[in-house]
Amino acid sequence: MAKPRTVVMVPVDADTVAIGARDVKNRFAEEIGRRGLASEISVLEVGSFGPVDAGVIAAVQPDGVVYGGLTPDRVDRIVEEHFVKGRACREWLLSGEHPLPDPRATDSRHTQYAGRIVLDNCGRINPENIDEYIANDGYFALGKALSDMTPAAVVEDVKKSGLRGRGGAGFPTGLKWGFCASETGPEKYVVCNADEGEPGTFKDRLIMEGDPHKVLEGMALCGYAIGASKGYIYIRGEYKLSIERLRQAIAAARAYGLLGNNILDSGFTFDIDIKIGAGAYVCGEETALIESMEGKRGLPRLKPPFPAQQGFRNKPTNVNNVETLANIPAIVQRGADWFRGVGAANMPGTKVYTILGHVRRPGLIEVPGGVTLRDIIDDYAGGMKHGNFKMAQLGGTAGDLLGEEMLDVPLNYDALEKVGHVLGSGAILIMNETIGVCDFLHACMRFFAHESCGNCNPCRNGLRWLSAITARLKAGTGYPGDIEIMEEIATVLKTAAFCPLGQSPAGPITSALRYFKPEIEKGIDHSSARPKPDHTARALATFAG
Amino acid sequence: MKNLEELRKIRDEARKTMDLRSGNQRARVVVCMGTCGIAAGARDTMQAFMESLEEAGATDVAVTAAGCAGFCDQEPLVEVEIKDGSTVRYGHVDAAAAQRIVKEHLMQGKVVESLVFSQGA
Ligand SMILES: Cc1cc2nc3c(=O)[nH]c(=O)nc-3n(C[C@H](O)[C@H](O)[C@H](O)COP(=O)(O)O)c2cc1C
Ligand code: SF4
Ligand code: FES
Repeated sequence: MAKPRTVVMVPVDADTVAIGARDVKNRFAEEIGRRGLASEISVLEVGSFGPVDAGVIAAVQPDGVVYGGLTPDRVDRIVEEHFVKGRACREWLLSGEHPLPDPRATDSRHTQYAGRIVLDNCGRINPENIDEYIANDGYFALGKALSDMTPAAVVEDVKKSGLRGRGGAGFPTGLKWGFCASETGPEKYVVCNADEGEPGTFKDRLIMEGDPHKVLEGMALCGYAIGASKGYIYIRGEYKLSIERLRQAIAAARAYGLLGNNILDSGFTFDIDIKIGAGAYVCGEETALIESMEGKRGLPRLKPPFPAQQGFRNKPTNVNNVETLANIPAIVQRGADWFRGVGAANMPGTKVYTILGHVRRPGLIEVPGGVTLRDIIDDYAGGMKHGNFKMAQLGGTAGDLLGEEMLDVPLNYDALEKVGHVLGSGAILIMNETIGVCDFLHACMRFFAHESCGNCNPCRNGLRWLSAITARLKAGTGYPGDIEIMEEIATVLKTAAFCPLGQSPAGPITSALRYFKPEIEKGIDHSSARPKPDHTARALATFAG
Repeated sequence: MKNLEELRKIRDEARKTMDLRSGNQRARVVVCMGTCGIAAGARDTMQAFMESLEEAGATDVAVTAAGCAGFCDQEPLVEVEIKDGSTVRYGHVDAAAAQRIVKEHLMQGKVVESLVFSQGA
């Protein structure tokens, strides 16, 4: 990526936005783009850096020039004078000394560590050295819980924190722990779901690679809270480096007595082992995962009974996602109130997203709960790389497709539910206008058809049909009526598939139809001379590929 | 380890070694070695740092590995922390870039501007 030579920074905050800062920023971007300078000059929205009462301002770095009192019209002149002719435009120069922000530091919030909870150590400490984790207060949450808190108090704290599962379904974590804690009997299990099969999601891998002890500590805290003495990490076999580092971390924690018998002389015993999965997507579903752990084929179980009642070896089992567990040490150590103070009221804490697609800075970000998609693209991912935003898929392949209308909806469970969407696992795929909706849908449906475990009819056959229909829509050879069939299959999947693997593909289909129906309709060939579609099973077999 | 007191001791010891101000190290180089970092060549980068530092005779610079910082498109990513408190993150650091960083930043104290990804925490 070529580094932009010059940076225009427009501070946008509550005060300046009211007087048109965003219009000014957009005008800069437009004008610079119009004159073909976009690859040399980048335009950034930054936080306030000092000057007040000067209207909308903009700083140009490295030139060290600050303009004040800007309006969109004045921007045109500045672009002309400053960037084309190469001399600062005197009329609106702001006089006086201004400590200017370093464009690289303010370039985007993406580069900042401040505010990270889950990823605070990632990229900073040596994951293979337990001492470095301890130096950053690692294992002190466990120490605190074991010395000052009852198991019930830990459950209570997690409940109060408002933490919800980060594996996709968003179930309140404290509530789940409470179910398991209330089960009697000495044999219970903690399972960390590290299967991470959702295409486009790789946050758990980076957490385990970068800070494995945080996951172990979260599991030990969970074990203490629910009364389990054994934990398993179910991890996909492809995650070689994560497995290696987790193994190493477990050994180091055992050597320090932070896992094993009588931890920190508290009488609490807890140990962790690793189970390696074979890569089936359905094995990320918690009951299929448990089957797989027991050495069987990964078929989802009927719920209820839930794993909290009868899970691994039919004993009470608490299954949580890696990221969920990695939030626990901070909650226990710093308290539920602190956690609630981060993020939005209805989504406390942060969320880790993997951001992919046509953005300037794909990668991993951790943001306060409730920021909008627009914020994520502009502030954390450096903006669109090329082209204009067309759509985003939120939450991996099972996630909904969002159109431009949804850019300003806060990304939290409730706000999304209100507009008929779900948050999902944390992958955000941003696409520009070069991606066709039917193309995209077909890629998703092929994936699901391939991963269906085959146990129930709606999913096994429905997904093959969706794959076939999206393939012909993509080729422009769809049949009249195909869209109605897709809608019908989506409804059947949603209502009749046995497990969420089969239910969730309805999401991309219905949301795509909601925002992009006209484009999908273009995939239909209306010429009457065509033969009728062959809907026999054999024809299907050749379609679905 | 038998109790919280011992855990505290380990923490304080570890902090001392990690904190440049209290140690005898003048700088620290942290190479991101997550899967994406390694795939982008971080092992070669690490190797190049070790070799160039040895060549330069710098025994007071620590080189360590860390996990992924999340800036996947910048890999191999390297953080250079100097005793005076400044921290610079460099992106796309291949072996040649590593040699430059050793020569200019670590030995002569001049940040290699053209390779900087971000500065400060
Ligand atoms: C097909 C399918 C795949 C799933 N894959 C994963 C996964 O890879 N990782 C994960 O944590 N949860 C996955 N889940 C969700 C789990 O069933 C479960 O809700 C989650 O592990 C609970 O943890 P949480 O409450 O901490 O989110 C999947 C669900 C389904 C239906
Ligand atoms: S919905 Fe699909 S994955 Fe789930 S049980 Fe049925 S066939 Fe298997
Ligand atoms: S390993 Fe992914 S950004 Fe470093």
